[in-house]
Amino acid sequence: METFFLAASLFLLLNLVAGLVRVYQGPGAADRMLAVLLFGTTTVAALLLLAHGGGHPALIKVALVFVMLAAIAAIAFVRLPGGRGEEHGE
Amino acid sequence: MSVVDLLAAALVVIGCAFFLAGTIGLLRFPDTLTRLHALTKADNVGLGCICAGLAIRDATVSGVTTLIIIWLLAMFASTVSAFLIARWHGRDDAEGRA
Repeated sequence: METFFLAASLFLLLNLVAGLVRVYQGPGAADRMLAVLLFGTTTVAALLLLAHGGGHPALIKVALVFVMLAAIAAIAFVRLPGGRGEEHGE
Repeated sequence: MSVVDLLAAALVVIGCAFFLAGTIGLLRFPDTLTRLHALTKADNVGLGCICAGLAIRDATVSGVTTLIIIWLLAMFASTVSAFLIARWHGRDDAEGRA
């Protein structure tokens, strides 16, 4: 059972690498912003599977912190200084 | 292998299949907004299935509560992030064309 969870977390990491191809290739800046969402959910799932498969229960708390960081990172990136956030005055 | 273990393994496999569908959508959809939609919806359902499978195996109250909280936080984070990225993309497009 534990090796099955470890294999599933490896599969999720391969998904993450495949998703990074879009980040490299994406024709717009918003496509590169999708990396935040990708990391936010895929890494949390992989950490949870590692926690239950490898026997380190502390990784569940790491996943909790990581999901909160993903939200804050996305909010911080789309409100960059220099006219990207709310300054839309015409 | 008890019934609980089989059910947990089945839920984890379904969750990984949803993650694979989200990644395929991310790579193959034609537009930024469709890719955003594929990433948000499919990945969150996959995370929910994986959390459900792990919660079935781990029969303590604190473990199940932590997994549910992680899933709810991931839903909120993805919702807010997807909305902000879509609005930023829309504003980017408008500035580009104007």
